[in-house]
Amino acid sequence: MSAVIDDHGHAGHDHHHGPAKGLSRWLLTTNHKDIGSMYLWFSFCAFLLGGSFAMVIRAELFQPGLQIVQPEFFNQMTTMHGLVMVFGAVMPAFVGLANWMIPLMIGAPDMALPRMNNFSFWLLPAAFGLLVSTLFMEGGGPNFGWTFYAPLSTTYAPESVTFFIFAIHLMGISSIMGAINVVATVLNLRAPGMTLMKMPLFVWTWLITAFLLIAVMPVLAGVVTMMLMDIHFGTSFFSAAGGGDPVLFQHVFWFFGHPEVYIMILPAFGAVSSIIPAFSRKPLFGYTSMVYATGAIAFLSFIVWAHHMFVVGIPLVGELFFMYATMLIAVPTGVKVFNWVSTMWRGSLTFEAPMLFAVAFVILFSIGGFSGLMLAIAPADFQYHDTYFVVAHFHYVLVPGAIFGIFASAYYWLPKWTGHMYDETLAKLHFWLSFIGMNLAFFPMHFVGLAGMPRRIPDYNLQFADFNMVSSIGAFMFGATQLLFLFIVIKCIRGGEPAAAKPWDGAEGLEWSVPSPAPYHTFQVPPDMNDVHEHRKGTGGELTP
Amino acid sequence: MSTHQTYYVPAQSKWPIIATLALLITVYGLGSWFNDLKADRAESNGPLIFFIGALLIAYMMFGWFGAVVKESRAGLYSPQMDRSFRWGMSWFIFSEVMFFSAFFGALFYIRFWVGPWLDGDGAKGVSAMLWPDFEYSWPLLNNPDPKLYPAPEGVIGAWGLPLINTILLVTSSFTLTWAHHGLKKNNRKQTKIGLAITLVLGAIFLVLQAEEYIHAYTELGLTLGSGIYGATFFMLTGFHGAHVTMGVIMLTVMLVRILRGHFNAEHHFGFEGASWYWHFVDVVWIGLFVFVYVL
Repeated sequence: MSAVIDDHGHAGHDHHHGPAKGLSRWLLTTNHKDIGSMYLWFSFCAFLLGGSFAMVIRAELFQPGLQIVQPEFFNQMTTMHGLVMVFGAVMPAFVGLANWMIPLMIGAPDMALPRMNNFSFWLLPAAFGLLVSTLFMEGGGPNFGWTFYAPLSTTYAPESVTFFIFAIHLMGISSIMGAINVVATVLNLRAPGMTLMKMPLFVWTWLITAFLLIAVMPVLAGVVTMMLMDIHFGTSFFSAAGGGDPVLFQHVFWFFGHPEVYIMILPAFGAVSSIIPAFSRKPLFGYTSMVYATGAIAFLSFIVWAHHMFVVGIPLVGELFFMYATMLIAVPTGVKVFNWVSTMWRGSLTFEAPMLFAVAFVILFSIGGFSGLMLAIAPADFQYHDTYFVVAHFHYVLVPGAIFGIFASAYYWLPKWTGHMYDETLAKLHFWLSFIGMNLAFFPMHFVGLAGMPRRIPDYNLQFADFNMVSSIGAFMFGATQLLFLFIVIKCIRGGEPAAAKPWDGAEGLEWSVPSPAPYHTFQVPPDMNDVHEHRKGTGGELTP
Repeated sequence: MSTHQTYYVPAQSKWPIIATLALLITVYGLGSWFNDLKADRAESNGPLIFFIGALLIAYMMFGWFGAVVKESRAGLYSPQMDRSFRWGMSWFIFSEVMFFSAFFGALFYIRFWVGPWLDGDGAKGVSAMLWPDFEYSWPLLNNPDPKLYPAPEGVIGAWGLPLINTILLVTSSFTLTWAHHGLKKNNRKQTKIGLAITLVLGAIFLVLQAEEYIHAYTELGLTLGSGIYGATFFMLTGFHGAHVTMGVIMLTVMLVRILRGHFNAEHHFGFEGASWYWHFVDVVWIGLFVFVYVL
């Protein structure tokens, strides 16, 4: 059997032909590629929306003093920016990539539970419609920060918090169903011979991410339910006057929140682990250690949550435990960075857009990792806490981490999705403008943060003026550049040089064995991996033949 | 090429989008209702919207599960599909475990740390400065600020109704397993009797639970608003009760399907999934009995 699998000519069920026409295709679809595309478009819309909130924030912070918005509205912007980016842009983008690529990578005909897959997607626009509508309600939208600490989000919250809570519930249901689908697909629909340790790392990281999602999204549902009860039914979970504790909120929230940050980065790790070998023309260095490192990071993510709470007043023993546990995460993360660098070592490197984003990912994510290590030091965190240093840290792991990972993936797989090559020149321009804009925006935040500028405040001391202006200019540049990305993607969909089944000569994996664009139905007959040439042979350091 | 079966990929379906709309309408109605209640007004038709959403959910459940049952009976599902359902149900139950963990975690955190701290003990005993007169005990019969949160006069003892309820639920797990054995042996009479007994036990459990709530509210002053004891007590037992209700509905559907001649000795995952859920609810109750009522 050849490596290119013929996916036609199999007598399947009568509905196994092309997509339906019109709107019903998108509303009623059970096709993983359609659903994946919808996820990706939804994510991009959320990215632009959350980005425009960020533009409001940066415009206000362009100069000291209050210029453009009132503090109440500024608070709503910081809150909604965080919520929309985390739950609307980053998470759905990775679910979209999972939908598109996991079945193609493991030789499955679709996701395991296709109708539930559609349900998972459509809940998102519903949830975000509800969430964004709160901005137009009396009293305004959520203004308590994306971490919605009680009692800001309970006793002192605007009325719209009730709808915020239900929006979180809907997102949670969506995420849990999406994650269950990924687990069932990966565990049950792998092609014969596709053993666990032959799976591409993107599939591995998503399997582990899905486990994290199923474990922590219900805890988020639990904490917002406690809020709902405190607000409307007189319970005292977060009120010390009734024997509860506002800090309880933070414990439960961060028990969700810390694994959540790995939910946003592990799939990017996986994608980059496919892209770097492809453009280094070498197999991934240390495949097995990558898998174990991912597992270790996931495990550690459950026992580090209180490092977000060093200054809230937790016992010293707790501070020490969470400090050391957090530092341990640097070990498996270091393994990963080492492996990526070793993969590039003496490879025949070329720097197409996916590789540019992937290399920037490795370097800039490491910067975010190091500032994370600084923040993990409990006594030092007393100084850094709630300053722009924290903002710089998590934007360095999320923007050049998660977002660059998504861009790298998008460029890497766009030829497979659309059947056309994207415009490489424009894509490189997109990369460089994003790279410069993002560093201009976030690097100065380290300095103003260390000097004591507090986050989430619309005004600041004069001494921070220059750096903030630089930040704002960088942010505008980064924001505007994303319209270029939209243009590149639309251009690529509408035409361009036809893409071969395997447009990247160093790429490996089953997804390159189907034509580009990938047919509407693929792998209705599972490919036999024992026949297909050996993929990813463990820890090989040798060049591919 | 080794032997393979085509995995069943369903055609387009209207149920997911109906489910989405139903959920959105339901939560929008609930939210409007709750906000109206809190602001002491009635202007948004919250209850009506909620009711419409709930009806839509019921319609969707009938339709979607009905479609799955029909496909299953038409023999469209391969053993591989069966495994997908098994993974799906297992991980769904795991997510439910984590949901309850949040509330159990809150209970343990309050009892091990917050309570003693408010009383002046432990690493953060400085919290006692807030209400110097507060003395911690569990069950919490005096709250730090009794004006905001009037304390209950008493709590539900473990060895009355809760013990009976424990016996009921544990017994029901056995009768359900007995029913399952009947199905596997093709002794459908045993299955019907076993399922019916399980349902009756579950229903009695719910009635007794309601009785307990009425007693707590009317005679003990133990309410959602009576401090953290009432909050954890009602949220944990309340969510458990809601899950028992779900389980009773699921098992009722299974009984109807058995009566209609569905399932055979080999293929009956619908039944098995429902019984997994029932056993899970049972295990949660054991945790509740130990940590909420006894200890």
